[in-house]
Amino acid sequence: MSGSKVASMRDAIATLVCDGDTVAIEGFTHLISFAAGHEIIRQRRRDLVLARMTPDLIYDQMVAAGVARRLIFSWLGNPGVGGLNAIRRVTEGADASLELEEYSHFGMVARYTAGAANLPFMPLRSYFESDLPRVNPLIRPIASPYGDGTVYAVPPLKPDVTVIHAQRADAAGNTQVWGLLGCQKEAAFAARRVIVVVEELVDEAVIRADPNRTIVPGIVVDAVVVEPWGAHPSYVQGRYDRDNRFYRDWDPISRDPAATDAWLREWVYDLDGRAAYAEKLGQERLDSLRPSGSAPSGAVDYGEYR
Amino acid sequence: MTAGRPGTGGADAGFTKSEMMIVAAARELAGQRVCFVGVGLPNIAVNLAKRTVAPEMELVYEAGVFGARPARLPLSIGDPTIVTGATAVTSMWELFAYYLQGGLIDVGFLGAAQIDRFGNINTTVIGDYTRPKTRLPGSGGACEIAINARQIFVIMRQSARSFVDRIDFRTSPGNLGGAEKSERIRREQGWLGRGPSVVVTDLGIWHFDETGEMRLDFLHPGATLDEVRATLGWAPHVSASLAPTPAPTEEELRLIRDELDPEGMYTK
Repeated sequence: MSGSKVASMRDAIATLVCDGDTVAIEGFTHLISFAAGHEIIRQRRRDLVLARMTPDLIYDQMVAAGVARRLIFSWLGNPGVGGLNAIRRVTEGADASLELEEYSHFGMVARYTAGAANLPFMPLRSYFESDLPRVNPLIRPIASPYGDGTVYAVPPLKPDVTVIHAQRADAAGNTQVWGLLGCQKEAAFAARRVIVVVEELVDEAVIRADPNRTIVPGIVVDAVVVEPWGAHPSYVQGRYDRDNRFYRDWDPISRDPAATDAWLREWVYDLDGRAAYAEKLGQERLDSLRPSGSAPSGAVDYGEYR
Repeated sequence: MTAGRPGTGGADAGFTKSEMMIVAAARELAGQRVCFVGVGLPNIAVNLAKRTVAPEMELVYEAGVFGARPARLPLSIGDPTIVTGATAVTSMWELFAYYLQGGLIDVGFLGAAQIDRFGNINTTVIGDYTRPKTRLPGSGGACEIAINARQIFVIMRQSARSFVDRIDFRTSPGNLGGAEKSERIRREQGWLGRGPSVVVTDLGIWHFDETGEMRLDFLHPGATLDEVRATLGWAPHVSASLAPTPAPTEEELRLIRDELDPEGMYTK
């Protein structure tokens, strides 16, 4: 096998993420690359347009650290806990400074899908009688060319960089995921550059033994970063659980700008990467996040055909 | 107001207002086949229904799961427990395009920050959009669920700030300005959804009458009409045959307290 794309997180972000880029770190609750977000903060990128269906804590942290100029999103909250407080500070009241570009979930998925398929727009039956098209002029009504009514259109979203986290990939970037799939496939195919972060680097033969599980082929991947625990406090199906304690703890931290800065210093700036972060979390905390049991899939037989 | 501690269903009732609301919402799902489960209170109501009145109901989560069998009630609806043991895990494109927009969803179960008498929902901002007093989460999947699910159920606590004469932003359409307009627009534009059919609150159960406006049909134990009126921004339609909501059964309370929400995340 030739052409290994394996890189350190530091090198991947340094070479593939530039000031002013549109960056999508995707993953719906599952497989959110906090490791990449923290490295972007450490390298002090500026003026980024951050795209993500659910900005989640990672974009709250990145906005608090000052990397973002604009947010493209569809649901802005800390699920089950409340708001994203750092983002609220720069989006509420007269001093609101962060630009917002807002869709519904289906609208965001449709934007990535149009981007991945090289289409000028994607039609959908959302937004009728909603105020969303009024505040986002990129959501536009369009008559069916076949004369059977009106639908809404959203434009393609083609990030400069998409970052996804996965259970495993080979050195060429062929990437396999199980559990919630979100819109990572669409966001990766839509992007100009793709960084895949994985829990485990595997041999090409492991990928080829189960090709149905491949969501992104190496041909669209620029870098493969091996970063165990890289999705914490989000989760990786079958490996570690969502750290709901952290999602709750972030609420009081993020309500206080000084506490937020102190957290960023302690957990991002003062650490040199994810291995140090995992070590700082401690073995007890990590062990508490292991699944309570095993639930293996049944194996399928693809057959051999010569 | 009936005597009783704040947050309880009345003196010696033995259950809280939140528990009554969740139980009443779950019971409304009897007989439904496919339910799209929203974030927050809908999640516990639907999971209670699955364990009581609607054991055959398919649970659909926007994260891309059809036929979920969650073994625990998670803080987030994107939790790994909705995957293990499910019928199907799909991309979010498939979930929204084929399952929802394709017409497979009988009930979309939503929460809301603000609602008006016609069931139009705001989850976007309080105040002006560009300079909001409070920035709320936004649509998520609610806008397309409101349009494409065959009917909409809503669960939310009642207050003068949330049940308002005019919502600050219409994220998800309900019966628009009334039944006549709503039916005409839905027909002309080919929506699959018929709109909102029930709103369950901590005080009672509202269905929608022929004008498209919500009508109070059931009052929870311990709640009064004065309390209902004090927590609304309009003069409500009240059913001529207004009835008391049957109190939660021991089994319903056991399921909520011991199985679904032992930490009291939803029922506080």
